[in-house]
Amino acid sequence: MIPLLARDLRLAIRAGSSLGLGLAFFLIVTVLIPFSVGPEPVLLATIAPGILWLGALLACLLSLDRLFSLDWDDGTLELLVVAPLPLEAVIVVKALAHWITTALPLVIAAPLFGLLLNLPTSGFGWILVSLFVGTPALSMIGAFGAALTVGLKRGGLLLSLLVLPLYIPTLIFGADVVRRGLLGTDVSGPLLMLGGVSAGVIALMPFASAAVLRMNLR
Amino acid sequence: MRFCVSNLCVSRGRIPLLGGLDFSLDDGDALIVRGPNGVGKTTLLRTIAGLQPPASGDIEGIDERLVYSGHYDGIKPTLTVAENLQFWSQIYGQDGIDTGLDSFLLTDLSDLRAGVLSTGQRRRLALARLVVTERSIWLLDEPTVSLDDCAVELFCKVVRRHLSRGGIVLAASHVDLNFVADTLELEPYRVIESAVDSFEEAFS
Repeated sequence: MIPLLARDLRLAIRAGSSLGLGLAFFLIVTVLIPFSVGPEPVLLATIAPGILWLGALLACLLSLDRLFSLDWDDGTLELLVVAPLPLEAVIVVKALAHWITTALPLVIAAPLFGLLLNLPTSGFGWILVSLFVGTPALSMIGAFGAALTVGLKRGGLLLSLLVLPLYIPTLIFGADVVRRGLLGTDVSGPLLMLGGVSAGVIALMPFASAAVLRMNLR
Repeated sequence: MRFCVSNLCVSRGRIPLLGGLDFSLDDGDALIVRGPNGVGKTTLLRTIAGLQPPASGDIEGIDERLVYSGHYDGIKPTLTVAENLQFWSQIYGQDGIDTGLDSFLLTDLSDLRAGVLSTGQRRRLALARLVVTERSIWLLDEPTVSLDDCAVELFCKVVRRHLSRGGIVLAASHVDLNFVADTLELEPYRVIESAVDSFEEAFS
């Protein structure tokens, strides 16, 4: 499993584009929102948690279709299925590699981009924590969607439509953690739900993804 | 341990292609399956590799011993030749890629990115993968595609060495390969004449 993770990270670094794509998109969203909403610091601070979460979510979505399609196109996926690795483990590792290369930079950059949206400094910690807890679910659900659409030409659109509804709980609870954190009220409710969604998804999705991937490879 | 296929029936999608296949291979045996395009050579190999379930019948004696090489090379163009091989050797729990590089004369190319290799060189790299996995059963789907005569002979030499060490080779090929092997003609095992014939019968 570790060689697979190492290879995926190395490929992401060599190819470059996949690393920067999500981050660039996230930056564009956060830079443009103040222009479109208007320079009202109070309003921006109010919508900042929601915008940051939405931007991170859509940035995650951007690179999902590459998750399996590159390995599918050159036959590597077929060879990996025959290799002595459980397919579920292959999927977890691929999702982990996606999280490290796409989501983790977003998590780290979010407080910085929060500055552009006039996010109060007391929210920096909460956006970091909520994204850190919530984004693994985004990568894992995304891996399921990518496994489902892997053989399809132009599967990206279908992938987005399939995955977006499943992202909604994470979005709701994630943004709620930051909002409550800013108001100074109890965050444990939404934070636990956010963590629960992530844990449940990581526990169940690998099996569902492996099943659909096997079907696609037939 | 004997590798045994009994009363195997394979299908592509819902269409049954081959039925009643029986053969067994002992250590050191090689079998080449032949047949016209579309008869089901690839489907047979994919079924044995476990990429699709058999329609019926049993496949025994392949647990954790098998390595498969298909039509696609499974090579990452941004990794070097050595990194590509290293990856597969680690996935199969081995270390050391020198025999693999040596066997297919890739040692001089090992630091090049695989993306700059020619098609034949890529094929040699894909075949070197078989060597580094240290598996005993090789399932090969058209292994010599895009290889020149010299590389084909190189490949046959590697196969002969593998067989002499008690390995098993099951290959689909259209060309004559220079190693001792039984031949299995798939044509007699066809289940229906062809999909097109039955389609036309439906309208006659």
